[in-house]
Amino acid sequence: MSKIFPKSANALPLQIVIFLFVLGGVAAAGITYYATPAYLRVGYQPVQPVPFDHSLHAGQLGIDCRYCHASVEKSATSSVPAAQTCMNCHSVIKTTSPLLEVVRESYKTGDPVPWVKIHQAPDYVYFNHSVHVNRGVSCVECHGKVNEMTAVYHAKSHSMSFCLNCHRNPATFIRDPQDVFNLDSKTLAEQGRLADAQKFVHDWKVKPPQSCSGCHR
Amino acid sequence: MRYAYYTLAFLVVLLVSVMGFRGMKSSRPPIEVFPDMDHQAKYKPQAESKFFADGRADRPIPAGTVPYGRGRGVELEPGHGFDSTTGAFADPAYLRGDDFRYAGKKADGTFARGFPVEVTETLVRRGRNRYMIYCYPCHGALGDGNGITKSYGMLATPSYHDDRIRQMAEGEIFNTITHGKNTMFSYADKLSPDDRWAVVAYVRALQRAHNASIDDVPLAERGGLK
Repeated sequence: MSKIFPKSANALPLQIVIFLFVLGGVAAAGITYYATPAYLRVGYQPVQPVPFDHSLHAGQLGIDCRYCHASVEKSATSSVPAAQTCMNCHSVIKTTSPLLEVVRESYKTGDPVPWVKIHQAPDYVYFNHSVHVNRGVSCVECHGKVNEMTAVYHAKSHSMSFCLNCHRNPATFIRDPQDVFNLDSKTLAEQGRLADAQKFVHDWKVKPPQSCSGCHR
Repeated sequence: MRYAYYTLAFLVVLLVSVMGFRGMKSSRPPIEVFPDMDHQAKYKPQAESKFFADGRADRPIPAGTVPYGRGRGVELEPGHGFDSTTGAFADPAYLRGDDFRYAGKKADGTFARGFPVEVTETLVRRGRNRYMIYCYPCHGALGDGNGITKSYGMLATPSYHDDRIRQMAEGEIFNTITHGKNTMFSYADKLSPDDRWAVVAYVRALQRAHNASIDDVPLAERGGLK
């Protein structure tokens, strides 16, 4: 009786098991890489109704973040400015620019400019801007260097591990409170002042929650 | 078996070439892998609403709305814009009944001089902090009207060091911040009444600093000025 399988087939079961492990590893790596916010959200740069240039306004002209996002220090939400805020300057400057037609229309009618939201926390996450910026956490930690962006994009992942990374070790991310809105500033730790940061965390009672209900209420 | 690995390698290359790398710019909205409860049937600030005709979830305050129910038992001082003889009690800060503090005006409607709040170092520092956010772009760090907007065509910004503004009542400066004037729009949405007074105090400080004499410098500090 002739052989049905060649001798090399003896090794096949083991080879199949090894292949399945490799396949599983590749699949896991693929999912980790692609199915997480670091891939799905980072880089999202929608086309906005007005091509507002943060690198010009916040970078070159040096206008403070809070000039437009005025509620960030006292509210959970960092408000998107009303058209009047734009018109504070643009009622005089570039009054005929076609790019600003949407803003002028909004100012006239009161209908909001249909800005596209980029950073969207899920509805089960309760994030409060004021508590962060009033405790030395700079805008740049979560939003990246917006003062260098021509069109704003999602720069950081905003995944849960991203939040916890800082919540577990706030001292390494904290800035001098007067540097919070200076996006080019360094954290105290980067300035070699980690001890000052730890003192700040203690004195200002910075106790970022790590329990589920801290953010999911 | 070799071909299985070749196929796998091919699939990996195919996947990477279709999906790209992390951090690549895209104008497509993010895909939500598990969208459970990400978008709940509730309104968040500045959100959209299909229920209201204007599409806004934030509702404008109807005209004539009066705050109700806070600070009961605090009687207003007489003559401050609210009739306490009717038996109405309210927190003056909540109802903004104090004309001086919330409109910069005296009872007869003219602009008041002086401050309705105590001018402390904390207040002036707060004023400087707010000034550098909201006023600095046009009025400049020195209050001379040479802000960054001047080089872009905002030419009419006055200097605080003109006699007209040096003589202006504090209440009128407060009123200008609240309601705007000429090309300046209202900053009432950005500066709370108390912050406005802090800014007025800082404007006064800028004016004083601009016209300071050697007598304003403490004796101990004068040596460094030579």
